[in-house]
Amino acid sequence: MVIVSNQRNNRMHPHKFALWVAIASIIMMFAGLTSAYIVKSKLANWEVVEIPTYFIYSTACIIISSLTIQGALRSFKQRNMSQYRTLLMVTLFLGICFLALQYLGFSWLWENGVRFRGAGAGQFLYIIAGLHALHVAGGIIALIVIILRTLIGRKKVYNSVGLEVLSTYWHFVDVLWVYLLIFFIWLG
Amino acid sequence: MNNESTIHVHGAEIETHEIHHDGNGHPHHKETFITKYIFSQDHKTISKQFLITGIIWAIVGGLFSVLFRLQLGYPGQSFAILETFFGKWAEGGQIKPEFYYALVTMHGTVMVFFVLTGGLSGTFANLLIPLQIGARDMASPLMNMLSYWFFFLASMIMLSSLFVETGPASGGWTSYPPLSALGQASIGSKIGMDLWITSMAMFVVSSLLGNLNYIATILNMRTKGMSMTRLPLTIWSLFFTAILGVLSFPVLLSGFILLLFDRNLGTSFYLSDIFVNGQILPNEGGSPILYEHLFWFLGHPEVYIVILPAMGMVSEILSINSRKPIFGYMAMIGSLFAICILALLVWAHHMFVSGMNPFLGSFFVLLTLLIAIPSSIKVFNWLTTIWRGNIRFTPAMLFAIGFVSLFISGGLTGIWLGNATIDIHIHDTVFVVAHFHIVMGVSAFFGMFAGVYHWFPKMYGRFMNNTLGYIHFWITFIGAYLIFWPMHYEGLAGVPRRYLDRSIWTSFNQFGDLNKVITIVTIVVFAVQLMFVFNFFYSIWKGRKVRTLNPWSATTLEWTTPVNPGHGNWVGEIPEVHRWAYDYSKDGRDFIPQTEPVGANETTEH
Repeated sequence: MVIVSNQRNNRMHPHKFALWVAIASIIMMFAGLTSAYIVKSKLANWEVVEIPTYFIYSTACIIISSLTIQGALRSFKQRNMSQYRTLLMVTLFLGICFLALQYLGFSWLWENGVRFRGAGAGQFLYIIAGLHALHVAGGIIALIVIILRTLIGRKKVYNSVGLEVLSTYWHFVDVLWVYLLIFFIWLG
Repeated sequence: MNNESTIHVHGAEIETHEIHHDGNGHPHHKETFITKYIFSQDHKTISKQFLITGIIWAIVGGLFSVLFRLQLGYPGQSFAILETFFGKWAEGGQIKPEFYYALVTMHGTVMVFFVLTGGLSGTFANLLIPLQIGARDMASPLMNMLSYWFFFLASMIMLSSLFVETGPASGGWTSYPPLSALGQASIGSKIGMDLWITSMAMFVVSSLLGNLNYIATILNMRTKGMSMTRLPLTIWSLFFTAILGVLSFPVLLSGFILLLFDRNLGTSFYLSDIFVNGQILPNEGGSPILYEHLFWFLGHPEVYIVILPAMGMVSEILSINSRKPIFGYMAMIGSLFAICILALLVWAHHMFVSGMNPFLGSFFVLLTLLIAIPSSIKVFNWLTTIWRGNIRFTPAMLFAIGFVSLFISGGLTGIWLGNATIDIHIHDTVFVVAHFHIVMGVSAFFGMFAGVYHWFPKMYGRFMNNTLGYIHFWITFIGAYLIFWPMHYEGLAGVPRRYLDRSIWTSFNQFGDLNKVITIVTIVVFAVQLMFVFNFFYSIWKGRKVRTLNPWSATTLEWTTPVNPGHGNWVGEIPEVHRWAYDYSKDGRDFIPQTEPVGANETTEH
């Protein structure tokens, strides 16, 4: 049953607003983890970990994907549907690339002796970057749903709210990753 | 009478897809039993689901406390009933010490999270937010439904942990490492602990989904004319509750994730230099204080998540039943806001004796004592609201007044505990138990009872039985004081918490009879709660029917809906709001509903 419909135009759509609140709560989770990292780095047996270069490539991927999803939103609003579909596919591809590169980065760390045992930055790296990857995976699932809808949906979609929610979320996980990477390099 | 109408909200067209109303406001599109009562997206049904699940949990959690209280009052004595309930954990009718830990852990977890968070704000946020702000449902009914089902899943996991061979989690509701992080440390730290963490993670997801919705709904879906300062205080309190939940639960989740890794994958976030069961552990460099910080960053706001909805409902019920406007409406909002901010800044007052830097402690003492200011403002305003009012002593009103009494009594001992110097003496004694049970346990229950008696007519279209309500109130009220008041004296004398048998200390034997009295009163009070549950379920089907739209003569919007509102709440248009929620006894009129336009000759002050 659809009960929520268009509200007054100058008010934010409830779904968009809910996303911002969700972002606030995700920020709190990572704030908890990164402050635990800071506290722990002052304690005994702290070991520094070298950031794998894969993470630099993955950062490039996710930043570019942010641009492409913004482009997709723009072409959707201009009703340039073929360009919109292409850009969504590119975003999806870059998102999957990001996850693959993160996985390669983790494997590299694991092979270079960064394990769960011990008390270094490595443990945090797996957990924090892993949770971030889960959030990106959530975005990818939403992206796939939207792509499937545009490819096989019978009804034409004119409402851009869903896409706007997704692109805001996508930018958020992008910025979050950049923050985390700087954090790791700075304090790791 | 099928008015498939186009409804105007905020001057823009809003389509009511798929809602076809008949005269009673019942949507009669295809609704099966499953979509109507089980996987329902109607906020009112979801609220009932939360309430009934909460009631079942309250019976479980309450029963645990009665049964271990039996052993506390009569140490060393055997009770057949204990073996009946607990089997091998109480062989020969005596609770085993390790199982006592499991019982207090589950009592705390169940009461704090599953009853007073899920059952209390889950119920009333769902019921009241759309009805009182004038919305047809939540911002996202689907997420709202998922919120309940995650709560249900969390409940099932927690329930299943009671039946595993090594018993449920027994590290206290706070689950401090290293006890909770090492399976070999105690029998209750094995699989029961993993189930506890998993269940709590599901609970966090449930509460985040719910809170997101509450915030988005309150800020974005108010009806025309319903400005923020015209909202009833219930909505304000639920709003701040949701903000606290959204900001603090994720931090708890990150603490739990690290704990899970420490338990199962050999990391050392919380572990260092440990010697357990004759074995030296390799873990080094971790710190349990890290967990305590992460836990109490939620743990402290959690007590406000529990108490704020009760405060909001009490404000509303006191005003309605005194036939007077709430005293100091803006001060009430301001103090809610101040409590909300301070709640996030005082967590370390739970850690004065944890080995935290004492200098840091002094800041937390200051911030903790500051909470006394907004709390006193609220108490003052409640008292001035009922002062010289034309009071109707309904069961809801009695419970609301009882709430104020308990909140004062429990709040005063908070000033003692908030001082690090006094806390060093009384920390981990039953003084603390008495303090938090009165100030956030029993008072939140009183707020919840007040809310249930007051809004039962809206939930089920019937009244609860008043006589049983009065019996329920007086016995619970007197009983609560009889149970917890003596604990203050015991705590000041040094009687510790978390011990099953204190008779080894001869100096505490003087409290033997007192402990028996507490136990007997506990049994009586618990029996009366079962009577309340009977009253609740009996009244759903057999209670006196509600004949008028507005049985309490209240001003707020929920009483403008049909007696049994369908999904969508209002038949036809959502009413427009023209005034605040507290126009009682104004200009010679008993009350003026929020929907009535302001008259030309009306006095302006409120």
